[in-house]
Amino acid sequence: MITVDHCTKYFHRGSVNEVLALNDIGLQVAGGDFITVIGSNGAGKSTLLNALAGSFLLDSGTITIGNLNITRWPEYKRAKLIARVFQDPLLGTCPSATIEQNMALALRRGKRRGLGIGVRAGDRELFATELAKIGLGLETRLQDRVGLLSGGQRQALTMLMATLVRPEVLLLDEHIAALDPKTAGQILSLTREIVAEQGLTTLMITHNMKHAIEFGNRLIMLHQGRIILDVSGERKSGLSVDDLLHQFYKVQGEELANDSMLLT
Amino acid sequence: MTIYAAIGALEQGLVYGIMVIGVYLTFRILDFPDLTVDGSLPLGAAISAVAITSGLNPYLSLLCAAIGGFAAGAVTAVLNTKFKILHLLASILTMIALYSINIRIMGGPNTALIGSATVFDPLIALGIPPHLASLAVFSLISLVIMGGMIWFLKTEFGQAVLATGDNAQMIISQGVNTHLIIIVGVGLSNALVALSGALIAQNQGAADVGMGIGTIIAGLASVIVGETVFGSSSIARAIVAAVLGSVVYRLAIALALGLDLGGFTFSPSDLNLITALLVIGALIAPNIKKKLLAQ
Repeated sequence: MITVDHCTKYFHRGSVNEVLALNDIGLQVAGGDFITVIGSNGAGKSTLLNALAGSFLLDSGTITIGNLNITRWPEYKRAKLIARVFQDPLLGTCPSATIEQNMALALRRGKRRGLGIGVRAGDRELFATELAKIGLGLETRLQDRVGLLSGGQRQALTMLMATLVRPEVLLLDEHIAALDPKTAGQILSLTREIVAEQGLTTLMITHNMKHAIEFGNRLIMLHQGRIILDVSGERKSGLSVDDLLHQFYKVQGEELANDSMLLT
Repeated sequence: MTIYAAIGALEQGLVYGIMVIGVYLTFRILDFPDLTVDGSLPLGAAISAVAITSGLNPYLSLLCAAIGGFAAGAVTAVLNTKFKILHLLASILTMIALYSINIRIMGGPNTALIGSATVFDPLIALGIPPHLASLAVFSLISLVIMGGMIWFLKTEFGQAVLATGDNAQMIISQGVNTHLIIIVGVGLSNALVALSGALIAQNQGAADVGMGIGTIIAGLASVIVGETVFGSSSIARAIVAAVLGSVVYRLAIALALGLDLGGFTFSPSDLNLITALLVIGALIAPNIKKKLLAQ
């Protein structure tokens, strides 16, 4: 359903800081796939998700979703198909708007925004029902400004807003990394519920090997802008944290070997 | 201060209040410091004056002025969004370009409107004295604009405008083209500023290319004084506070100019100094209040 074909992206191209962030990467994602994405810092995990979301345009390669070629689409246009939750809980919501205003903004994701009233009376019921599902008591605080909420509450709200209108693709960029362990656990189970309930095609970046194995039906590991490991189904559920760590050290060892070869 | 000076200040406060709503929209809501207003205020005045002297209905001339102002704001916003010029610089470029354009429109540095038709004529024809007629017209128009802006910011589009200034990444992820929002928002702001300029020109009987100097400072002063004195806990309150802030600002200036301290009086050339002191006072007043309450 998503096809990433020979995608390459350089940052600061032509300068001394040139970085090859995506190196001729290719990925086929089937509808309903829940893929966990792992890799060390700078491996290209976020870059891959940002490339899908359209934060920048690729140097080469194509991206298609369904039968739409979105390679040249600007970020706001891709939002019709793609919803995102960022690592920073502050990025997904508007602090000076109320909870219901934020949800009303999300309810119109990818639709035309006209001069109809922003928060319709009939929508409040829907918002309250949805908020009740996450069990944080936010359903009684529709008129509160989001700036008053904690990071965890804001991230839960962002998660809800991302899926209020069913997206074709859900991108989760380390969306629990900035939360305390208890809240992170809550957001993670909320994620599992929503993804299962709506059967969402999902890519989730995580630094937690246990989560990477436990969640989803497929796992990819990135290294230097390439996919170096892609396992799914039983092979994935049979993986252990040690297997993944072994993979990690193996590629890093090769890197060291290459470096020492260059130096000698 | 005489009653005439007070009415004059109230009148000025209300008509400039329309401009202040425009400044509030860019400065506070879109977080887009926009100096275009120093050019779009006289642009509105020039368009309206030339339209009226060419025989156009004064009310229609207001519409033309607003459209002209929108275009000026849109130019600034396009320079910023599409060509990545810093918003402050983009607005200064439009502002200085407008200086020449305004002289082109008027065919000279000013256009007199003495004896021409104005928007106040229907009321004056009813026997209302001119200074009260203009006060009535300005009150009505600023009320309509305040109400219109409060309504607009509650609409789906208006909510997207608020979100653009608040968290651009969030609203892009919700599928909004923020470039379009900024172009419409800055355009709308300058349409209001030009409308204000057109009304001022009709009131003072002339449009002048220099009448826009200091518009942004007066606008910011009014917004800040309004927030300090009347609060900004909601959008509706902040918009009403902006207009009331404009009235307080004009009253304070009238008061200062009428002051006689044992032979010392302020002259109109001290206006900028008074404005600066007023803004500083409004900015530090909340801090002083907090400290006093803490003791």
